[in-house]
Amino acid sequence: MLLHGNALCYGDNVDTDVIIPARYLNTSDPKELAVHCMEDIDPDFLKKTKPGDVIVAGCNFGCGSSREHAPLAIKTAGISCVIAKSFARIFYRNAINIGLPIIICDGDFKSGDTLEIDLEQGRILNRTTGEEHSFPPFPAFLQKIIESGGLMNAMAGGEIA
Amino acid sequence: MSMTMTQKILAAHCGKDELRPGDMILADTDLVLGNDITAPVAINEFMKAGCDCVFDCGKIALVMDHFTPNKDIKAAEQTKHVREFAHEKSIENFFDVGEMGVEHALLPEKGMVTAGDLVIGADSHTCTYGALGAFSTGVGSTDMAAAMAYGKVWLRVPAAISVVLTGRLRKYVSGKDIILHLIHKIGVDGALYESLEFSGEGAHSLSMDDRLCICNMAIEAGAKNGIFPVDEKTYLFLKEHGAREPKVYAADPDAAYERTIHIDLSQLTPVVAFPHLPENGKTFDEIGEVPIHQVVVGSCTNGRLSDLREAAEILKGRMVCKGVRALIIPATQRIWLDAMKEGLLEIFINAGCAVSTPTCGPCLGGHMGILARGERCVATTNRNFVGRMGDPKSEVYLASPAVAAASAVTGKLSSPEELQ
Repeated sequence: MLLHGNALCYGDNVDTDVIIPARYLNTSDPKELAVHCMEDIDPDFLKKTKPGDVIVAGCNFGCGSSREHAPLAIKTAGISCVIAKSFARIFYRNAINIGLPIIICDGDFKSGDTLEIDLEQGRILNRTTGEEHSFPPFPAFLQKIIESGGLMNAMAGGEIA
Repeated sequence: MSMTMTQKILAAHCGKDELRPGDMILADTDLVLGNDITAPVAINEFMKAGCDCVFDCGKIALVMDHFTPNKDIKAAEQTKHVREFAHEKSIENFFDVGEMGVEHALLPEKGMVTAGDLVIGADSHTCTYGALGAFSTGVGSTDMAAAMAYGKVWLRVPAAISVVLTGRLRKYVSGKDIILHLIHKIGVDGALYESLEFSGEGAHSLSMDDRLCICNMAIEAGAKNGIFPVDEKTYLFLKEHGAREPKVYAADPDAAYERTIHIDLSQLTPVVAFPHLPENGKTFDEIGEVPIHQVVVGSCTNGRLSDLREAAEILKGRMVCKGVRALIIPATQRIWLDAMKEGLLEIFINAGCAVSTPTCGPCLGGHMGILARGERCVATTNRNFVGRMGDPKSEVYLASPAVAAASAVTGKLSSPEELQ
Protein backbone atom coordinates (compact mmCIF):
# COMPACT_ATOMS: atom_id res chain seq x y z
CA MET A 1 0.00 0.00 0.00
CA LEU A 2 1.29 3.45 -0.93
CA LEU A 3 0.62 6.41 1.35
CA HIS A 4 1.10 10.06 0.45
CA GLY A 5 0.99 13.01 2.80
CA ASN A 6 2.80 15.84 4.48
CA ALA A 7 4.72 15.42 7.71
CA LEU A 8 3.49 16.95 10.95
CA CYS A 9 6.41 16.81 13.36
CA TYR A 10 6.41 16.51 17.18
CA GLY A 11 9.02 15.70 19.83
CA ASP A 12 9.64 12.84 22.25
CA ASN A 13 7.12 11.34 24.71
CA VAL A 14 3.93 12.51 23.02
CA ASP A 15 1.49 11.03 25.55
CA THR A 16 -2.06 9.80 25.09
CA ASP A 17 -3.35 12.60 27.34
CA VAL A 18 -2.31 15.19 24.76
CA ILE A 19 -3.38 12.99 21.82
CA ILE A 20 -6.90 12.81 23.27
CA PRO A 21 -7.44 14.48 26.66
CA ALA A 22 -9.46 12.45 29.19
CA ARG A 23 -12.09 15.19 29.38
CA TYR A 24 -13.34 13.92 26.00
CA LEU A 25 -13.37 10.22 26.90
CA ASN A 26 -17.03 10.29 27.87
CA THR A 27 -17.69 9.11 24.32
CA SER A 28 -16.35 6.26 22.22
CA ASP A 29 -17.57 7.77 18.93
CA PRO A 30 -14.44 8.02 16.72
CA LYS A 31 -15.79 11.12 14.92
CA GLU A 32 -16.31 13.00 18.19
CA LEU A 33 -12.86 11.95 19.40
CA ALA A 34 -11.20 13.06 16.15
CA VAL A 35 -12.48 16.63 16.67
CA HIS A 36 -10.17 16.92 19.71
CA CYS A 37 -7.19 14.99 18.32
CA MET A 38 -3.82 16.41 19.51
CA GLU A 39 -5.67 19.39 20.99
CA ASP A 40 -3.44 19.88 24.05
CA ILE A 41 -0.15 19.66 22.17
CA ASP A 42 -1.17 21.45 18.98
CA PRO A 43 -4.46 23.40 19.06
CA ASP A 44 -4.23 24.00 15.26
CA PHE A 45 -3.72 20.31 14.46
CA LEU A 46 -7.05 19.79 12.67
CA LYS A 47 -6.81 23.07 10.78
CA LYS A 48 -3.49 22.15 9.24
CA THR A 49 -4.15 18.44 8.68
CA LYS A 50 -5.16 17.15 5.27
CA PRO A 51 -6.35 13.58 4.69
CA GLY A 52 -3.32 11.31 4.28
CA ASP A 53 -0.93 13.43 6.34
CA VAL A 54 1.64 11.71 8.50
CA ILE A 55 2.46 12.31 12.17
CA VAL A 56 6.23 12.13 12.72
CA ALA A 57 7.53 12.00 16.29
CA GLY A 58 10.52 11.19 18.44
CA CYS A 59 10.85 8.48 21.07
CA ASN A 60 8.09 6.80 23.09
CA PHE A 61 5.12 8.05 21.04
CA GLY A 62 1.78 7.30 22.71
CA CYS A 63 3.10 6.79 26.22
CA GLY A 64 0.72 6.82 29.16
CA SER A 65 -2.83 5.59 29.20
CA SER A 66 -4.09 2.46 27.42
CA ARG A 67 -6.89 4.45 25.80
CA GLU A 68 -7.51 3.09 22.33
CA HIS A 69 -9.32 6.37 21.77
CA ALA A 70 -5.86 7.79 20.94
CA PRO A 71 -5.07 5.79 17.78
CA LEU A 72 -8.79 5.88 16.92
CA ALA A 73 -8.80 9.70 17.05
CA ILE A 74 -5.62 9.88 14.95
CA LYS A 75 -6.95 7.45 12.35
CA THR A 76 -10.35 9.12 12.13
CA ALA A 77 -8.74 12.58 11.84
CA GLY A 78 -7.41 11.38 8.48
CA ILE A 79 -3.81 10.64 9.45
CA SER A 80 -2.56 7.84 7.20
CA CYS A 81 0.40 6.73 9.29
CA VAL A 82 2.51 7.55 12.36
CA ILE A 83 6.30 7.46 12.10
CA ALA A 84 8.28 7.56 15.35
CA LYS A 85 11.73 6.70 16.65
CA SER A 86 9.95 4.39 19.13
CA PHE A 87 6.41 3.71 20.36
CA ALA A 88 5.05 3.09 23.83
CA ARG A 89 3.97 -0.53 23.95
CA ILE A 90 0.21 -0.18 24.47
CA PHE A 91 -0.11 2.42 21.72
CA TYR A 92 1.89 0.12 19.44
CA ARG A 93 -0.44 -2.85 19.97
CA ASN A 94 -3.56 -0.68 19.80
CA ALA A 95 -2.49 0.73 16.43
CA ILE A 96 -1.90 -2.78 15.05
CA ASN A 97 -5.17 -4.07 16.49
CA ILE A 98 -7.26 -1.31 14.89
CA GLY A 99 -5.31 -1.04 11.62
CA LEU A 100 -3.51 2.31 11.98
CA PRO A 101 -0.18 1.96 10.14
CA ILE A 102 2.83 2.78 12.34
CA ILE A 103 6.48 2.83 11.39
CA ILE A 104 9.61 2.81 13.54
CA CYS A 105 12.20 4.95 11.77
CA ASP A 106 14.81 7.33 13.12
CA GLY A 107 15.15 9.44 9.98
CA ASP A 108 14.96 13.23 10.24
CA PHE A 109 11.89 14.94 8.84
CA LYS A 110 10.56 18.48 8.96
CA SER A 111 6.95 19.59 9.23
CA GLY A 112 5.61 20.12 5.72
CA ASP A 113 7.94 17.56 4.06
CA THR A 114 6.00 15.60 1.45
CA LEU A 115 6.33 11.88 2.12
CA GLU A 116 5.60 8.84 0.01
CA ILE A 117 5.46 5.62 2.03
CA ASP A 118 5.48 2.09 0.69
CA LEU A 119 4.35 -0.16 3.53
CA GLU A 120 5.10 -3.44 1.72
CA GLN A 121 8.57 -2.42 0.57
CA GLY A 122 9.41 -0.73 3.89
CA ARG A 123 10.44 2.51 2.21
CA ILE A 124 9.83 6.19 2.94
CA LEU A 125 10.66 8.67 0.18
CA ASN A 126 10.92 12.29 1.31
CA ARG A 127 9.91 14.09 -1.89
CA THR A 128 10.91 17.45 -0.43
CA THR A 129 14.53 16.50 0.30
CA GLY A 130 14.92 13.50 -1.97
CA GLU A 131 16.08 11.37 0.97
CA GLU A 132 15.00 7.77 1.24
CA HIS A 133 14.61 5.80 4.47
CA SER A 134 13.93 2.14 4.97
CA PHE A 135 12.20 0.41 7.85
CA PRO A 136 11.99 -3.27 8.83
CA PRO A 137 8.76 -5.20 8.22
CA PHE A 138 6.58 -6.24 11.16
CA PRO A 139 7.15 -9.70 12.62
CA ALA A 140 5.13 -12.28 10.63
CA PHE A 141 2.77 -12.76 13.58
CA LEU A 142 1.78 -9.10 13.58
CA GLN A 143 1.72 -8.99 9.79
CA LYS A 144 -1.10 -11.53 9.93
CA ILE A 145 -3.14 -9.26 12.21
CA ILE A 146 -2.54 -6.32 9.89
CA GLU A 147 -3.41 -8.33 6.78
CA SER A 148 -6.60 -9.62 8.41
CA GLY A 149 -7.74 -6.04 8.92
CA GLY A 150 -7.27 -6.02 12.67
CA LEU A 151 -7.24 -8.29 15.70
CA MET A 152 -10.90 -9.28 15.83
CA ASN A 153 -10.79 -10.52 12.23
CA ALA A 154 -7.52 -12.34 12.82
CA MET A 155 -8.93 -14.10 15.89
CA ALA A 156 -12.20 -15.00 14.16
CA GLY A 157 -10.31 -16.41 11.19
CA GLY A 158 -7.86 -18.35 13.35
CA GLU A 159 -5.03 -16.47 11.63
CA ILE A 160 -2.85 -16.29 14.72
CA ALA A 161 -2.05 -19.09 17.11
CA MET B 1 17.14 -22.59 28.96
CA SER B 2 16.92 -20.25 31.93
CA MET B 3 14.03 -17.83 32.15
CA THR B 4 12.92 -14.82 34.13
CA MET B 5 9.90 -15.00 36.43
CA THR B 6 7.79 -13.23 33.80
CA GLN B 7 8.90 -15.57 31.00
CA LYS B 8 8.00 -18.60 33.12
CA ILE B 9 4.47 -17.35 33.76
CA LEU B 10 4.02 -16.60 30.07
CA ALA B 11 5.35 -20.04 29.07
CA ALA B 12 2.88 -21.71 31.42
CA HIS B 13 0.05 -19.80 29.78
CA CYS B 14 0.84 -20.79 26.20
CA GLY B 15 1.81 -24.42 26.73
CA LYS B 16 5.51 -23.93 26.01
CA ASP B 17 8.48 -25.22 27.97
CA GLU B 18 10.61 -22.27 27.14
CA LEU B 19 10.35 -18.82 25.66
CA ARG B 20 12.88 -16.30 24.46
CA PRO B 21 12.60 -12.51 24.47
CA GLY B 22 10.97 -11.42 21.24
CA ASP B 23 8.89 -14.60 20.77
CA MET B 24 5.30 -13.84 19.81
CA ILE B 25 2.71 -15.87 21.70
CA LEU B 26 -1.04 -16.23 22.04
CA ALA B 27 -1.56 -16.75 25.77
CA ASP B 28 -4.48 -17.80 27.96
CA THR B 29 -5.84 -15.16 30.31
CA ASP B 30 -6.95 -15.77 33.91
CA LEU B 31 -8.65 -12.42 34.23
CA VAL B 32 -9.72 -9.71 31.76
CA LEU B 33 -10.38 -6.23 33.11
CA GLY B 34 -12.05 -3.12 31.76
CA ASN B 35 -13.44 0.12 33.15
CA ASP B 36 -16.16 2.62 32.24
CA ILE B 37 -13.91 4.35 29.67
CA THR B 38 -12.24 1.42 27.97
CA ALA B 39 -14.96 -1.25 28.22
CA PRO B 40 -17.48 0.65 26.04
CA VAL B 41 -14.97 0.61 23.15
CA ALA B 42 -14.27 -3.09 23.81
CA ILE B 43 -17.97 -3.91 23.88
CA ASN B 44 -18.45 -2.09 20.55
CA GLU B 45 -15.66 -4.20 19.01
CA PHE B 46 -17.04 -7.39 20.56
CA MET B 47 -20.50 -6.70 19.09
CA LYS B 48 -19.16 -5.48 15.73
CA ALA B 49 -17.25 -8.75 15.33
CA GLY B 50 -20.52 -10.65 15.86
CA CYS B 51 -19.35 -12.29 19.08
CA ASP B 52 -22.14 -13.66 21.19
CA CYS B 53 -20.77 -15.33 24.32
CA VAL B 54 -17.89 -14.35 26.56
CA PHE B 55 -15.22 -17.01 27.11
CA ASP B 56 -15.88 -17.23 30.87
CA CYS B 57 -18.30 -14.98 32.73
CA GLY B 58 -16.31 -15.52 35.94
CA LYS B 59 -13.02 -14.31 34.46
CA ILE B 60 -14.04 -10.84 33.36
CA ALA B 61 -14.08 -7.82 35.67
CA LEU B 62 -15.84 -4.60 34.76
CA VAL B 63 -15.19 -1.77 37.20
CA MET B 64 -17.04 1.53 36.89
CA ASP B 65 -14.42 3.79 38.44
CA HIS B 66 -13.16 6.51 36.12
CA PHE B 67 -16.03 8.96 35.57
CA THR B 68 -18.18 7.63 38.39
CA PRO B 69 -20.41 8.49 40.15
CA ASN B 70 -21.41 9.54 36.63
CA LYS B 71 -19.94 12.97 35.98
CA ASP B 72 -22.25 13.94 33.12
CA ILE B 73 -24.89 12.57 30.77
CA LYS B 74 -22.41 11.05 28.33
CA ALA B 75 -20.56 9.29 31.15
CA ALA B 76 -23.89 8.01 32.42
CA GLU B 77 -24.61 6.59 28.95
CA GLN B 78 -21.24 4.83 28.93
CA THR B 79 -21.72 3.14 32.31
CA LYS B 80 -25.26 2.21 31.27
CA HIS B 81 -23.86 0.58 28.13
CA VAL B 82 -21.43 -1.50 30.23
CA ARG B 83 -24.06 -2.30 32.88
CA GLU B 84 -26.42 -3.67 30.23
CA PHE B 85 -23.66 -5.72 28.62
CA ALA B 86 -22.65 -7.14 32.01
CA HIS B 87 -26.24 -8.11 32.70
CA GLU B 88 -26.81 -9.60 29.26
CA LYS B 89 -23.61 -11.67 29.36
CA SER B 90 -24.01 -12.62 33.05
CA ILE B 91 -20.62 -11.12 33.94
CA GLU B 92 -20.13 -12.08 37.57
CA ASN B 93 -17.66 -9.38 38.49
CA PHE B 94 -19.39 -6.15 37.55
CA PHE B 95 -18.68 -3.44 40.12
CA ASP B 96 -20.96 -0.42 40.12
CA VAL B 97 -21.15 2.62 42.41
CA GLY B 98 -21.63 1.47 45.98
CA GLU B 99 -19.42 -1.60 45.65
CA MET B 100 -16.79 -0.47 43.22
CA GLY B 101 -13.39 0.98 43.99
CA VAL B 102 -10.46 2.13 41.93
CA GLU B 103 -9.90 -1.04 39.90
CA HIS B 104 -6.30 -1.84 40.81
CA ALA B 105 -7.00 -1.40 44.51
CA LEU B 106 -10.26 -3.32 44.22
CA LEU B 107 -9.19 -6.52 42.45
CA PRO B 108 -6.41 -7.50 44.91
CA GLU B 109 -8.72 -6.60 47.81
CA LYS B 110 -11.43 -8.90 46.42
CA GLY B 111 -8.90 -11.72 46.04
CA MET B 112 -9.44 -11.81 42.28
CA VAL B 113 -5.77 -12.10 41.38
CA THR B 114 -3.35 -14.71 42.65
CA ALA B 115 0.34 -15.47 42.15
CA GLY B 116 1.09 -17.06 38.78
CA ASP B 117 -1.96 -15.55 37.07
CA LEU B 118 -1.88 -13.91 33.67
CA VAL B 119 -4.04 -10.80 33.85
CA ILE B 120 -4.72 -8.27 31.14
CA GLY B 121 -6.67 -5.07 31.55
CA ALA B 122 -7.75 -2.28 29.29
CA ASP B 123 -6.08 0.14 31.65
CA SER B 124 -2.40 0.91 31.61
CA HIS B 125 -2.01 0.48 35.38
CA THR B 126 -3.05 -3.16 35.22
CA CYS B 127 0.65 -3.86 35.81
CA THR B 128 -0.13 -3.34 39.54
CA TYR B 129 -0.75 -7.07 40.20
CA GLY B 130 2.89 -7.95 39.61
CA ALA B 131 3.15 -7.16 43.32
CA LEU B 132 1.23 -10.41 43.92
CA GLY B 133 3.58 -12.48 41.78
CA ALA B 134 1.27 -12.42 38.75
CA PHE B 135 2.03 -11.37 35.19
CA SER B 136 -0.29 -8.47 34.53
CA THR B 137 -0.19 -5.82 31.87
CA GLY B 138 -2.23 -3.04 30.32
CA VAL B 139 -3.64 -3.50 26.83
CA GLY B 140 -6.19 -1.73 24.65
CA SER B 141 -9.92 -2.10 24.19
CA THR B 142 -9.71 -4.34 21.11
CA ASP B 143 -7.36 -6.64 23.05
CA MET B 144 -9.99 -6.68 25.78
CA ALA B 145 -12.72 -7.50 23.25
CA ALA B 146 -10.70 -10.39 21.83
CA ALA B 147 -9.88 -11.66 25.32
CA MET B 148 -13.53 -11.47 26.39
CA ALA B 149 -14.47 -13.54 23.34
CA TYR B 150 -11.58 -16.03 23.18
CA GLY B 151 -9.82 -15.80 26.56
CA LYS B 152 -6.56 -15.09 24.78
CA VAL B 153 -4.11 -12.25 24.26
CA TRP B 154 -1.15 -11.83 21.92
CA LEU B 155 2.09 -10.88 23.59
CA ARG B 156 5.68 -10.32 22.65
CA VAL B 157 7.83 -12.05 25.26
CA PRO B 158 9.75 -9.33 27.08
CA ALA B 159 13.39 -9.17 28.07
CA ALA B 160 13.88 -7.96 31.62
CA ILE B 161 15.69 -5.50 33.81
CA SER B 162 16.66 -6.74 37.24
CA VAL B 163 16.08 -4.22 40.03
CA VAL B 164 17.87 -5.33 43.17
CA LEU B 165 16.72 -3.59 46.34
CA THR B 166 18.89 -3.57 49.45
CA GLY B 167 18.56 -1.88 52.84
CA ARG B 168 15.40 -0.58 54.47
CA LEU B 169 13.34 2.54 53.96
CA ARG B 170 13.62 5.42 56.41
CA LYS B 171 10.57 7.05 57.99
CA TYR B 172 8.49 9.13 55.57
CA VAL B 173 10.02 7.30 52.59
CA SER B 174 7.73 4.83 50.81
CA GLY B 175 7.17 2.70 47.72
CA LYS B 176 6.22 5.85 45.81
CA ASP B 177 9.66 7.33 46.41
CA ILE B 178 11.31 4.09 45.23
CA ILE B 179 9.42 4.01 41.94
CA LEU B 180 9.82 7.76 41.29
CA HIS B 181 13.54 7.35 41.98
CA LEU B 182 13.76 4.41 39.56
CA ILE B 183 11.83 6.22 36.81
CA HIS B 184 14.07 9.26 37.28
CA LYS B 185 17.08 7.00 36.93
CA ILE B 186 16.01 5.13 33.76
CA GLY B 187 13.54 7.56 32.14
CA VAL B 188 9.94 7.22 30.98
CA ASP B 189 11.02 4.80 28.25
CA GLY B 190 13.88 3.22 30.19
CA ALA B 191 12.13 -0.14 30.40
CA LEU B 192 10.23 0.01 27.09
CA TYR B 193 8.77 -3.43 26.21
CA GLU B 194 10.67 -4.96 29.14
CA SER B 195 9.83 -6.46 32.53
CA LEU B 196 11.02 -4.82 35.71
CA GLU B 197 11.81 -7.74 38.02
CA PHE B 198 12.38 -6.68 41.62
CA SER B 199 14.42 -8.76 44.06
CA GLY B 200 16.77 -8.53 47.01
CA GLU B 201 16.29 -8.34 50.79
CA GLY B 202 15.00 -4.79 50.34
CA ALA B 203 12.17 -6.11 48.17
CA HIS B 204 11.13 -8.57 50.88
CA SER B 205 11.22 -5.81 53.49
CA LEU B 206 8.53 -3.85 51.66
CA SER B 207 4.85 -3.98 52.59
CA MET B 208 2.37 -5.32 50.04
CA ASP B 209 0.96 -1.79 49.64
CA ASP B 210 4.43 -0.50 48.75
CA ARG B 211 4.90 -3.33 46.23
CA LEU B 212 1.50 -2.62 44.67
CA CYS B 213 2.43 1.07 44.37
CA ILE B 214 5.79 0.25 42.76
CA CYS B 215 4.38 -2.23 40.21
CA ASN B 216 1.52 0.18 39.50
CA MET B 217 3.96 2.71 38.07
CA ALA B 218 6.13 0.26 36.10
CA ILE B 219 4.26 1.50 33.02
CA GLU B 220 5.59 5.02 33.68
CA ALA B 221 9.03 3.66 32.78
CA GLY B 222 7.50 2.11 29.65
CA ALA B 223 7.64 -1.40 31.13
CA LYS B 224 5.36 -4.22 30.06
CA ASN B 225 5.13 -5.37 33.67
CA GLY B 226 6.69 -5.06 37.08
CA ILE B 227 6.91 -8.12 39.28
CA PHE B 228 7.95 -9.10 42.82
CA PRO B 229 9.00 -12.57 43.99
CA VAL B 230 6.42 -14.40 46.08
CA ASP B 231 7.26 -14.53 49.80
CA GLU B 232 5.54 -14.96 53.16
CA LYS B 233 3.98 -11.49 52.89
CA THR B 234 2.49 -12.39 49.52
CA TYR B 235 1.04 -15.68 50.83
CA LEU B 236 -0.46 -13.90 53.81
CA PHE B 237 -1.99 -11.16 51.64
CA LEU B 238 -3.49 -13.68 49.21
CA LYS B 239 -4.89 -15.76 52.06
CA GLU B 240 -6.35 -12.78 53.89
CA HIS B 241 -8.12 -11.67 50.73
CA GLY B 242 -9.44 -15.09 49.78
CA ALA B 243 -7.46 -15.39 46.56
CA ARG B 244 -7.22 -18.70 44.68
CA GLU B 245 -4.33 -21.07 45.43
CA PRO B 246 -1.12 -19.36 44.28
CA LYS B 247 1.16 -20.86 41.62
CA VAL B 248 4.64 -19.76 42.42
CA TYR B 249 7.19 -19.06 39.71
CA ALA B 250 10.69 -17.86 40.45
CA ALA B 251 13.33 -16.56 38.09
CA ASP B 252 16.12 -19.02 37.36
CA PRO B 253 19.33 -18.08 39.19
CA ASP B 254 21.08 -17.66 35.85
CA ALA B 255 18.20 -15.91 34.08
CA ALA B 256 19.41 -13.33 31.58
CA TYR B 257 18.71 -9.68 32.27
CA GLU B 258 19.37 -6.78 29.93
CA ARG B 259 20.86 -4.94 32.87
CA THR B 260 20.80 -4.79 36.66
CA ILE B 261 19.96 -1.73 38.71
CA HIS B 262 20.85 -1.56 42.39
CA ILE B 263 18.92 0.65 44.78
CA ASP B 264 19.88 1.02 48.44
CA LEU B 265 16.58 1.85 50.10
CA SER B 266 18.27 3.32 53.17
CA GLN B 267 19.75 6.08 51.02
CA LEU B 268 16.43 7.26 49.56
CA THR B 269 14.68 10.46 50.59
CA PRO B 270 11.25 11.71 49.44
CA VAL B 271 11.05 12.32 45.68
CA VAL B 272 8.72 14.69 43.82
CA ALA B 273 8.24 14.32 40.05
CA PHE B 274 7.91 17.78 38.53
CA PRO B 275 5.75 18.57 35.49
CA HIS B 276 5.33 17.22 32.89
CA LEU B 277 6.90 13.76 33.06
CA PRO B 278 7.12 11.15 35.83
CA GLU B 279 10.89 11.01 35.17
CA ASN B 280 11.38 14.59 36.42
CA GLY B 281 12.05 13.48 39.98
CA LYS B 282 13.73 15.86 42.42
CA THR B 283 14.70 15.45 46.06
CA PHE B 284 14.01 18.26 48.54
CA ASP B 285 17.57 19.57 48.44
CA GLU B 286 16.85 20.43 44.78
CA ILE B 287 13.41 21.94 45.38
CA GLY B 288 12.88 25.64 46.05
CA GLU B 289 9.65 27.39 47.01
CA VAL B 290 6.75 25.95 44.99
CA PRO B 291 3.35 27.28 46.17
CA ILE B 292 0.42 24.93 45.53
CA HIS B 293 -3.36 25.17 45.21
CA GLN B 294 -4.54 21.58 45.57
CA VAL B 295 -3.54 18.26 47.09
CA VAL B 296 -4.95 14.88 46.05
CA VAL B 297 -4.37 11.74 48.11
CA GLY B 298 -5.87 8.76 46.33
CA SER B 299 -5.77 6.72 43.06
CA CYS B 300 -4.72 3.19 42.14
CA THR B 301 -1.19 4.22 43.04
CA ASN B 302 -1.67 5.57 46.56
CA GLY B 303 -5.28 5.33 47.71
CA ARG B 304 -4.82 2.33 50.00
CA LEU B 305 -5.28 2.22 53.76
CA SER B 306 -1.56 2.54 54.55
CA ASP B 307 -1.44 5.62 52.32
CA LEU B 308 -4.32 7.21 54.22
CA ARG B 309 -2.62 6.36 57.52
CA GLU B 310 0.57 8.02 56.30
CA ALA B 311 -1.31 11.20 55.36
CA ALA B 312 -3.39 11.18 58.55
CA GLU B 313 -0.32 10.89 60.75
CA ILE B 314 0.86 14.20 59.34
CA LEU B 315 -2.51 15.95 59.21
CA LYS B 316 -3.52 14.96 62.76
CA GLY B 317 -3.98 18.09 64.84
CA ARG B 318 -2.94 20.32 61.95
CA MET B 319 -4.92 22.37 59.45
CA VAL B 320 -4.75 22.47 55.67
CA CYS B 321 -3.20 25.81 54.64
CA LYS B 322 -5.74 28.50 53.70
CA GLY B 323 -5.96 28.63 49.91
CA VAL B 324 -5.25 24.91 49.42
CA ARG B 325 -7.98 22.40 48.60
CA ALA B 326 -7.08 18.97 49.97
CA LEU B 327 -8.95 15.98 48.54
CA ILE B 328 -8.75 12.55 50.14
CA ILE B 329 -10.08 9.69 48.00
CA PRO B 330 -10.05 6.27 49.65
CA ALA B 331 -9.62 3.84 46.74
CA THR B 332 -12.34 1.34 47.69
CA GLN B 333 -15.46 1.10 49.85
CA ARG B 334 -13.63 -1.25 52.20
CA ILE B 335 -10.73 1.18 52.59
CA TRP B 336 -13.24 3.99 53.20
CA LEU B 337 -14.92 1.96 55.94
CA ASP B 338 -11.63 0.92 57.55
CA ALA B 339 -10.41 4.53 57.44
CA MET B 340 -13.64 5.61 59.10
CA LYS B 341 -13.37 2.98 61.84
CA GLU B 342 -9.74 3.94 62.51
CA GLY B 343 -10.72 7.59 62.85
CA LEU B 344 -8.68 8.65 59.83
CA LEU B 345 -11.61 10.33 58.10
CA GLU B 346 -12.28 12.40 61.20
CA ILE B 347 -8.65 13.54 61.22
CA PHE B 348 -8.94 14.55 57.56
CA ILE B 349 -12.22 16.40 58.01
CA ASN B 350 -11.01 18.20 61.14
CA ALA B 351 -7.93 19.28 59.18
CA GLY B 352 -10.13 20.81 56.49
CA CYS B 353 -9.87 18.08 53.82
CA ALA B 354 -12.72 16.94 51.60
CA VAL B 355 -13.23 13.15 51.68
CA SER B 356 -14.62 11.67 48.49
CA THR B 357 -16.29 8.42 47.55
CA PRO B 358 -13.93 6.10 45.60
CA THR B 359 -13.22 7.31 42.05
CA CYS B 360 -10.28 7.78 39.67
CA GLY B 361 -11.77 11.28 39.22
CA PRO B 362 -9.06 13.94 39.28
CA CYS B 363 -6.11 11.61 38.56
CA LEU B 364 -6.93 11.63 34.85
CA GLY B 365 -8.63 15.02 34.80
CA GLY B 366 -12.07 13.41 34.76
CA HIS B 367 -13.92 15.16 37.57
CA MET B 368 -13.87 15.79 41.34
CA GLY B 369 -10.92 18.17 41.48
CA ILE B 370 -10.06 19.63 38.07
CA LEU B 371 -7.36 22.31 37.95
CA ALA B 372 -7.72 25.78 36.45
CA ARG B 373 -5.08 27.47 34.28
CA GLY B 374 -1.95 28.18 36.30
CA GLU B 375 -2.90 25.99 39.27
CA ARG B 376 -0.52 23.49 40.85
CA CYS B 377 -1.44 20.23 42.54
CA VAL B 378 0.63 17.83 44.62
CA ALA B 379 -0.90 14.43 43.91
CA THR B 380 -0.21 10.88 45.00
CA THR B 381 -1.36 9.81 41.52
CA ASN B 382 0.76 8.45 38.69
CA ARG B 383 0.99 10.91 35.79
CA ASN B 384 1.82 14.58 35.47
CA PHE B 385 1.52 15.02 31.71
CA VAL B 386 0.35 18.31 30.18
CA GLY B 387 -3.34 18.79 31.02
CA ARG B 388 -3.51 15.54 32.99
CA MET B 389 -5.61 17.01 35.83
CA GLY B 390 -7.29 19.83 33.96
CA ASP B 391 -6.21 22.92 32.05
CA PRO B 392 -3.17 22.35 29.80
CA LYS B 393 -1.49 25.21 31.70
CA SER B 394 -1.99 23.56 35.10
CA GLU B 395 0.72 21.50 36.80
CA VAL B 396 0.80 18.19 38.66
CA TYR B 397 3.61 17.23 41.06
CA LEU B 398 3.72 13.51 41.85
CA ALA B 399 4.63 12.54 45.40
CA SER B 400 3.99 10.16 48.28
CA PRO B 401 1.02 10.58 50.66
CA ALA B 402 3.41 11.91 53.33
CA VAL B 403 4.74 14.65 51.04
CA ALA B 404 1.23 15.46 49.79
CA ALA B 405 -0.06 15.82 53.35
CA ALA B 406 2.90 17.94 54.47
CA SER B 407 2.43 20.17 51.42
CA ALA B 408 -1.27 20.57 52.23
CA VAL B 409 -0.31 21.94 55.64
CA THR B 410 2.35 24.38 54.45
CA GLY B 411 0.74 25.40 51.14
CA LYS B 412 3.94 24.66 49.25
CA LEU B 413 5.90 21.58 48.21
CA SER B 414 7.18 20.28 51.54
CA SER B 415 8.99 17.33 52.99
CA PRO B 416 7.29 15.76 56.03
CA GLU B 417 10.51 16.38 57.94
CA GLU B 418 9.93 20.14 57.65
CA LEU B 419 6.95 19.78 59.98
CA GLN B 420 8.93 18.13 62.77
